Amino acid sequence: MNALVPLVVMLPLLGAAGALALGRRPRLQRIVTLVALSAVLAVSIVLLIVVDSQGALKVEVGGWTAPFGIVLIADRLTALMLVVSATVLLAVLVFSVGQGLADGDDETPVTIYYPTYLILATGVFTAFIAGDLFNLYVGFEILLVSSYVLITLGGTEPRIRAGVTYIVVSLVSSMLFLASIAMIYGAVGTVNIAQISLRMADIPVDVQILLHTMLLVGFGIKAAVFPLSFWLPDSYPTAPAPVTAVFAGLLTKVGVYAIIRTETIIFPGSELNPPLLVVALLTMVVGVLGAVAQADIKRLLSFTLVSHIGYMILGVALGSVAGTAAAIFYIVHHIIVQTTLFLATGLIERQGGSTSINRLGGLLKASPVIAVLFFIPALNLGGIPPFSGFLGKLALFEASAEQGSVLAYVLIGGGALVSLLTLYALIRAWNMAFWRPAADVEGYDSPLMRNVTEAPHATAVRETRSTPRLMVAATAGMVAVGIAITFVAGPLFAMSTRAAQDLEGPGGYVNIVFPGGVQPEVTDD
Amino acid sequence: MSISIVLLAVMAVMYASGVYLLLERSMTRVLIGFLLVGNATNLLILIMAGKAGLAPILEDGVTASDYTDPLPEALILTAIVITFGVSAFLMALIYRSWRLAQDDEVDDDADDVAMREVAGGVPEEEAAEAGDTEFGVRAEAAISDARDLEEADERAAEAMATGANPHSGPPTDNGSNSEGGPR
Repeated sequence: MNALVPLVVMLPLLGAAGALALGRRPRLQRIVTLVALSAVLAVSIVLLIVVDSQGALKVEVGGWTAPFGIVLIADRLTALMLVVSATVLLAVLVFSVGQGLADGDDETPVTIYYPTYLILATGVFTAFIAGDLFNLYVGFEILLVSSYVLITLGGTEPRIRAGVTYIVVSLVSSMLFLASIAMIYGAVGTVNIAQISLRMADIPVDVQILLHTMLLVGFGIKAAVFPLSFWLPDSYPTAPAPVTAVFAGLLTKVGVYAIIRTETIIFPGSELNPPLLVVALLTMVVGVLGAVAQADIKRLLSFTLVSHIGYMILGVALGSVAGTAAAIFYIVHHIIVQTTLFLATGLIERQGGSTSINRLGGLLKASPVIAVLFFIPALNLGGIPPFSGFLGKLALFEASAEQGSVLAYVLIGGGALVSLLTLYALIRAWNMAFWRPAADVEGYDSPLMRNVTEAPHATAVRETRSTPRLMVAATAGMVAVGIAITFVAGPLFAMSTRAAQDLEGPGGYVNIVFPGGVQPEVTDD
Repeated sequence: MSISIVLLAVMAVMYASGVYLLLERSMTRVLIGFLLVGNATNLLILIMAGKAGLAPILEDGVTASDYTDPLPEALILTAIVITFGVSAFLMALIYRSWRLAQDDEVDDDADDVAMREVAGGVPEEEAAEAGDTEFGVRAEAAISDARDLEEADERAAEAMATGANPHSGPPTDNGSNSEGGPR
């Protein structure tokens, strides 16, 4: 069963090589990509079942024992993240295949798109199974470099402008991460996460806080946590719809995943929890206030993405099993719902020719299916019962109340307010684009639209294009998965709780890597 | 752990100049800044490896602490490869940007500019008109200066009007009055 762990990285990587070699045969290339990602999804599901029933898996690459060689770890959190991200990657792939087939691949250069997409998947999966801080860095680099290619796809001027912001910010975060790895190595003499955790206890607390802050800043940029989130709404909306969808769903969550690992295993102490709670509150509030002022649906969604990262940070910062469990549940919910909303926006763009709510109208009549496909995840993200957004927020608020500090109660209030504002922004967008008759769009005046801004000429109405069934089907599938979370919420939450219990104190994780404890000759430096 | 002061100073200078260049608008400078910061980080890893020693090849009669730590060097190699790949990509991007716009400057986000203008009090319709000029986004700064003056006049007129009679007509009327005045 251990062989399954490296398979989640090998399959997309080999698939990427195959897809690149088949650049001249788009049909075969699509099949290779689909097969590779479907296989990863199957492997991840098997991994989740095995890990949940028999305990975590460890692979020592090349047979080198743990502190010397690289270890790959699949515990419950990893397996859960693998399944969710493989699902999202597959759905978005189907969506982009549909788009490519319909448009004759004129907007996405097909020879590059699919291999890069698979390498992005490789990077995401590498980051999830890394048991080694440097391997985590390599995983991040793989996914970032392929995301640089995807965000500037086609090389048009606005994409290069947006891409440069994104690339420079990501480079800075990578350098910070690498520098903190160097400092941690200087402090504890290892990059193995479990061994760092063992040795970190001997380091003075002030040095610990310094290292901890450096790591958190590096991951915070990737996760788009408030003072470091400015780059996201600028850079995501210009990319092609499927690319934005997968970035929004996955990339920031890889950052959040790294923050969870940092908070629970490397630095299990609670020194930085209060500042993290404040940062979570600011992320939620500032993000959603940005969303309320946007006219472009893609930008609006980018701001809600930032805002909802705050909920996950809240769960992690509580530092309790209940908080971490709620954060894990929320990550699963948010990956799926945010991706679905971006896919639905991709459909709106094709149908209405624009993503600006100043220019869209009468879409409910034109395509009731898209109206439903946008409406359900919008309610879900806003936290309307019985959808998973409500359940996730409820779990987070319960965990906060359990902690009981004044700050935690402030966060409950803030979280409730933010979910209302999210709902306001999304439902306004739905009202304008779908409910408002097309005839009213010209010269429309309403208090709802007074404070909404957009670039004057950025979103001119383009020609509308047909929406292929495959794209609608992929979006509908994601909406269905989003609804299905409600039905499996009990087992899923139990699973998140078990995953969080694994992370309670670094002992559980250290036991996976060093089952018999660290051998005495190993600790001799 | 002993540290070479020269390496440390070189690293600090490289970080400082690298960060300075990263904050520039020109992409070529950003690229050079990235190379400096990347190599400064590699130096940091090397410094963290501690004192230099013998080549890490196992020999009898040598204690473990006499060897150089080989792991940081392996990490540096990986980091160098990644830096190399990313800078190649950045160069391609700069070239593409130059081909498209004869320019490697990074512009502000158009939506952010629009937001700033609304926050600064410029009405949305005027902002939309400004975007239609053939001078593109860049010319907006000069035009918006002119508009600001006009608006200052409008505001002054408005203030006068409201000072004389708080229940005066809508501000647009005052604006047209003040415009009509000088003519």
